[in-house]
Amino acid sequence: MPEVRGHIEGKHSDCQVLLYALSTCIWCRKTRQLLEDEDVTFDYVYVDRLDAEERKACRQQIRRFSDRTSFPTMIFDDTDCITGYKPDAIKERLAL
Amino acid sequence: MSDEISISPEAVDQLYQRLDREAKAGGYNLNPDVAFTKGLVEGLLINEARYGYGSCPCRLADGERKLDLDIICPCDYRDPDLVDWGACYCALYVSDEMRDGRQLLQAIPERRPPEEAREAGVSAAKPTATAVGEAAHDEELVGFTWSGLPVWRCKVCGYLCARRRPPLKCPVCKADQDRFERLM
Repeated sequence: MPEVRGHIEGKHSDCQVLLYALSTCIWCRKTRQLLEDEDVTFDYVYVDRLDAEERKACRQQIRRFSDRTSFPTMIFDDTDCITGYKPDAIKERLAL
Repeated sequence: MSDEISISPEAVDQLYQRLDREAKAGGYNLNPDVAFTKGLVEGLLINEARYGYGSCPCRLADGERKLDLDIICPCDYRDPDLVDWGACYCALYVSDEMRDGRQLLQAIPERRPPEEAREAGVSAAKPTATAVGEAAHDEELVGFTWSGLPVWRCKVCGYLCARRRPPLKCPVCKADQDRFERLM
């Protein structure tokens, strides 16, 4: 079982990446793996393992960028997001 | 919350075997990527331990069964997603094409309505939204359903279902989707 929140240090750190994930979700696992394999610096949070108040706060954050609260959602530089495991779109956004 | 639920590989294997058996018996397929699928099965077991029901491992459950009924696996969205995308949202279930590698698995857009729409739906309960066993029988409807869904009939065995489109395979006799006719 992974930590609830964390920070991964990688070679690529130009963009601030925040990954909202579920600890039970395979697509979230794949997304995190992709970021780690691509040596990206990012923060993550497993929303399903937070208490009700924190979950609500995360949902509100995600809804600032997306019309759905679905996972994985990656927020880039607090300006835009990608929802779902989309390796090509993620790599393009991060110029990898 | 930060629970530390741990599921044994034996428990995962056991549920995997059962789901596989039931999927085949019902004309469905589990994802043939066994490691991937067992990861989802583990997620289902974690959710069952957390909430008391196996909600979709790829969706954030509320924790209140009434609010999560639509995402208890197999979720309400499995069949339409199988028809449109060849896999359900988490890809635990896949179509024959996907199983045989004739279709590419991709991220599936979330079909579940957003929270506000679901909340509105729960408060505006329709006559059909009563609990099992409480259904009223004093009204007679002919030609259409309360839910507004069409009713499909399997022309092979007579199985009836009310849904937007018929299933890919009849869960009773395994006839293909094109053997269904619209009854009402």
